[in-house]
Amino acid sequence: MDLSPEEVTAILLSLKVAFWAVAVSLPFGVLTAYVLSRGRFPGIAILDALVYLPLTLPPVVTGFVLLILFGRRGPIGSFLAENFDIVFAFRWTGAALAGAVMGFPLMVRAIRLSFDTVDRKLEAAAGTLGASPFWVFLTVTLPMVLPGILAGMIMAFARAMGEFGATITFVSNIPGETQTLPTAIYTLTQVPGGDAAAFRLVGISVAISMAALIASEVLARRLGKRLA
Amino acid sequence: MSFEVSIGHRVGDFALDVDFAADGRVISLFGPSGSGKTSIVNVVAGLTRPQSGRIAVDSVRLVDTAAGLCLPPHRRRIGYVFQEGRLFPHLNVRRNLNYGRFFAPREGDVADFDAVVEMLGIGHLLDRRPALLSGGEKQRVAIGRALLARPRLLLMDEPLSALDEARRREILPFLARLRDEAGVPIVHVSHDLAEVVALADHLVVLDRGRVAASGPLAEVMSRLDVKALSQRPDAGALLELTVAAHDPAAGLTMLEGPVGRLFVPLSQAAPGSACRLWVHARDVIVATARPEGISARNILPAVVGEIAPRDDGELDLRLDCGGAALLSRLTPAAVADLGLVPGRAVHVVMKSVALA
Repeated sequence: MDLSPEEVTAILLSLKVAFWAVAVSLPFGVLTAYVLSRGRFPGIAILDALVYLPLTLPPVVTGFVLLILFGRRGPIGSFLAENFDIVFAFRWTGAALAGAVMGFPLMVRAIRLSFDTVDRKLEAAAGTLGASPFWVFLTVTLPMVLPGILAGMIMAFARAMGEFGATITFVSNIPGETQTLPTAIYTLTQVPGGDAAAFRLVGISVAISMAALIASEVLARRLGKRLA
Repeated sequence: MSFEVSIGHRVGDFALDVDFAADGRVISLFGPSGSGKTSIVNVVAGLTRPQSGRIAVDSVRLVDTAAGLCLPPHRRRIGYVFQEGRLFPHLNVRRNLNYGRFFAPREGDVADFDAVVEMLGIGHLLDRRPALLSGGEKQRVAIGRALLARPRLLLMDEPLSALDEARRREILPFLARLRDEAGVPIVHVSHDLAEVVALADHLVVLDRGRVAASGPLAEVMSRLDVKALSQRPDAGALLELTVAAHDPAAGLTMLEGPVGRLFVPLSQAAPGSACRLWVHARDVIVATARPEGISARNILPAVVGEIAPRDDGELDLRLDCGGAALLSRLTPAAVADLGLVPGRAVHVVMKSVALA
């Protein structure tokens, strides 16, 4: 299968965008899942709704909100650009942000379900053995939720790979900078004679998704065996 | 070890109101379910914060609500062996055992991993996952794990209750070894009196959230006013004796103690070793004259102490037998016929086979 340099670029960019989307959102995802699973405070329902909002909003709306908040003139975007030299608008980092936001609910949901099933009695047992709450979390809770974290990462990765609406609204469709697999496929379907190339990218999309699912299945099974 | 507990705590309909001080290598909390045993150990371990109370182990205060003190569990160094083991499923046996050692203070003689593994007989399990252990094995690993965290006190909440009778008999000797060898005081919770009799030095009887009796085991066992004990069909006194000699030809072992000499069926215990005999009240016969031509091997002089009626109409007698107490359960007719009153000199008669 011959891939044009533009297609290779789009594939690699998609992988990069999805990787960073997952890597950066993971700590926040674990923290949010933990708070949602264990937290008992007024307003938790609002946090809950806020986290799952991108799942129900039209992606274009999410992209538009990102543009307003994180664009060059947006309140967060200008702050980050001035103080940390981090720019999202029309950069691949923006695509990663869009992917992270869209994948976040799926990630949090999977990890939260895992937190819900952790046997609190084991945590109490670890406490009586001298482990402080921090060590209990690190050595007992976290290993127990590992399968859930893994599942959440795969879901978020797949979501970020496939993210289209928010991405194209927020950072457009610039080859080599923000043109990911879905937006590249979309572009190809808009030009005459682009079908063959679109098919190739579709095939690659399917292959990457399958590989991710199989990898997660294998890992989850291994972890499951450890926890059995 | 000295152990002071004073707790006032109310949850819904259940009120825990206990206050006792105990001494000994093994302190047993005994009572029916719902009597507050587990609530007490959870407060001691720090898993429940009492509304008011004071807990001290060897004069180290763990809780003193009056002074605003309530140490978190991980700062208490109280080992806890739970009913269900609670081994970490993601760690193998070796790592489960080592878990608490990581957090234990390093100073002093380090609890010896190999010695604990040997004592509990779990050397062949070290590389296994908890899921592949039997109930008895899990419980032994849980005991080892708690012990290796170098606790100042070991709590055991019905450690044998999840096991069948055969497993129980398999683990009980390990607990006795633990008491005699590990040097860590134990607070042991049970509703199984046989387990208490085998292990305890000090007995605290609990009833609906209150202390019904607290004292040295033999003393509490011979009280007639503790209904949780005296109303049981297997109620009886406890004798502390030493193995004096074996007579294989006669099939008897001779025990000696304050009561005098007792003959029991031949045992394997080494001569000179201490032994406890739980003499059930229903197995003790009282005679006003020393009987002749009788098959029972044990006839001892005694003096009638207290006589107390039971709920079922029968009478319980406490007999003073050379400084030790024995209990005997008799019908009112027998007591009347023999003219048994406190202070009357009698003979107690016990069959050897009843003392097995």
